[in-house]
Amino acid sequence: MSQTDVRMDGSAETRADREATPGSAGRRRERLVPQSSPADSYYGRPVLNEPPWHAPDIAGYLFLGGLAGASSALAAAAELTGRPTLARVSKVGALGALGGSLYCLIHDLGRPERFLNMLRVFKVTSPMSVGTWILTAYGPQAGCAAATDLSGRFPGLGRAAGVGAAVTGAGVATYTAALISDTAVPAWHDGYRELPFLFAGSAAAAAGGLGLLAAPLDEAGPARRLALLGAAVECVAATRMERRLGPVGEPLRRSVLMRLGEALSLAGALAGASMGRRSRVAAMAAGAALLAGSACTRFGVFRAGIESANDPKYTVQPQRRRLAKARAELT
Amino acid sequence: MAFDLDHSLAEQPTDGHRRVGFFTDTSICIGCKACEVACKEWNDVPEDGLDFTGMSYDNTVGLSADTWRHVAFIEQRRPLGHQEPGVGEMDFRWLMASDVCKHCTHAACLDVCPTGSLFRTEYGTVVVQEDVCNGCGYCVPACPFGVIGKRETTGVAAKCTMCYDRLPAGEQPACAKTCPTDSIQFGDLDELRERADRRLAQVREAGMTSARLYGHDPDDGVGGTGAFFLLLDEPEVYGLPPDPVVTTKDLPSMWRHVGVAAVALLAGVAAAAWGRTGSGTTGPRGRIR
Repeated sequence: MSQTDVRMDGSAETRADREATPGSAGRRRERLVPQSSPADSYYGRPVLNEPPWHAPDIAGYLFLGGLAGASSALAAAAELTGRPTLARVSKVGALGALGGSLYCLIHDLGRPERFLNMLRVFKVTSPMSVGTWILTAYGPQAGCAAATDLSGRFPGLGRAAGVGAAVTGAGVATYTAALISDTAVPAWHDGYRELPFLFAGSAAAAAGGLGLLAAPLDEAGPARRLALLGAAVECVAATRMERRLGPVGEPLRRSVLMRLGEALSLAGALAGASMGRRSRVAAMAAGAALLAGSACTRFGVFRAGIESANDPKYTVQPQRRRLAKARAELT
Repeated sequence: MAFDLDHSLAEQPTDGHRRVGFFTDTSICIGCKACEVACKEWNDVPEDGLDFTGMSYDNTVGLSADTWRHVAFIEQRRPLGHQEPGVGEMDFRWLMASDVCKHCTHAACLDVCPTGSLFRTEYGTVVVQEDVCNGCGYCVPACPFGVIGKRETTGVAAKCTMCYDRLPAGEQPACAKTCPTDSIQFGDLDELRERADRRLAQVREAGMTSARLYGHDPDDGVGGTGAFFLLLDEPEVYGLPPDPVVTTKDLPSMWRHVGVAAVALLAGVAAAAWGRTGSGTTGPRGRIR
């Protein structure tokens, strides 16, 4: 290792490179020290790396997974209360949404041909691993429920599969909240208390919307009530989350998609519960609005999360406040 | 893994190996970027864009799948200890720091990996198995430091391995080996921590009162990091999070909330189907047999 003998202070004492300290080569002249506020980022660059997830795939999956899971639950309830058409459209809708979900999930992988690698392990620390296994349990049951209903064969098996799909479907519709919360993305992580309810409400509204869209008026009662309940829960959970998160909730609060989603969901649910009771056309319009509303909400949550990851202030400032609070408690 | 947060890796060396790490002493970094080059060469890391950023001498920008060492350059009109800046009457200092994967004790990337591709090595480091990763990308938003990324060319996650292939041969990682000032020091983590404490005292004594260690504390939000730093300013100035917490710390509570929401969803559906039977224009037409 090289050392320099040339020193501004003429000192004969030398230090090994590793022992060198700033200024050990000579002292600075006295100057006025300007007051400057400390920067809270490195050239405004984000602290976090942006999630490599594409919105159509992953936000689309959040919507389709919710629609599939809640539709299976609605299908089972409709079947057990003697509403065969509502049950059938919900089962078929669930299967279709499941197909879309799987397409989105596999399409978003960097190496789609390796999607089965998810089944190598079961990790409770990874919501994606847990979700994969929930989907593995849910998929065949949802498929069996739809196939037996359409073919009219093995009704007993179909009913059992339908109940199984309802129970696992509730998991499919809600685990996605843990999936995005279990990240360092500020808006997603900090919203982990409300997101499961927001997603459950949004899923219920979507499933109700599908029922309104496709089932006859005399069977669509549960769909109308589920849509109303779901839209209400979705809006309350979103409002609560946006308020509780404070500054980190900013990207959620100014999300046009989320406002649009709430408006469409509420309008669809209310229209479905009023005009949708008498008019088939009104019910279909209400159903379409509910589905669109649920999709808008999911895309809104997705986009707001990405926005919160890309602005360093949402990462740095809450952490600074946390440190300041911890220091204040110590003293 | 994330649920036993009290479990300390440092106390559990595996297979007779001790946990190794990096101590990056930024106070003697000269910004030569030899670490970046050595890392690229040894690990065959692809080119990550040849852009002129205007961010001082930093055109590397940050850590990613294709950048495993990143030298940050910070220009400030403030004095650096007793150093003579030599730029007229202006106070000026250049902070340079070589950033790298932290190899956290509680590594979120490893926790959330759904394929088991990311694993904890016998050296206590965190490594991606390229042939297992399916490119789901979950590790990327999980990392509180913005280290790991998904490589476009291969479609799988990539990050610093702390030269996992050099360690069995008794070699130190390429970046530490090449560092001309020993700003990057590699070794047993316990020994590095002791060395860092001594160095911090030395630097502070020399007038750098703002010097601090970053990532050395086993009680921090990620259980301490395998690669830790001596910084001369706040962590956020270097693009580091001031108080990173492993996201899986809250996962038990997340699962509880999900469980309640799932049950509530089923209850809501049941209430919608059975709650008002017979009212309005709808009603069950009898159970199907």
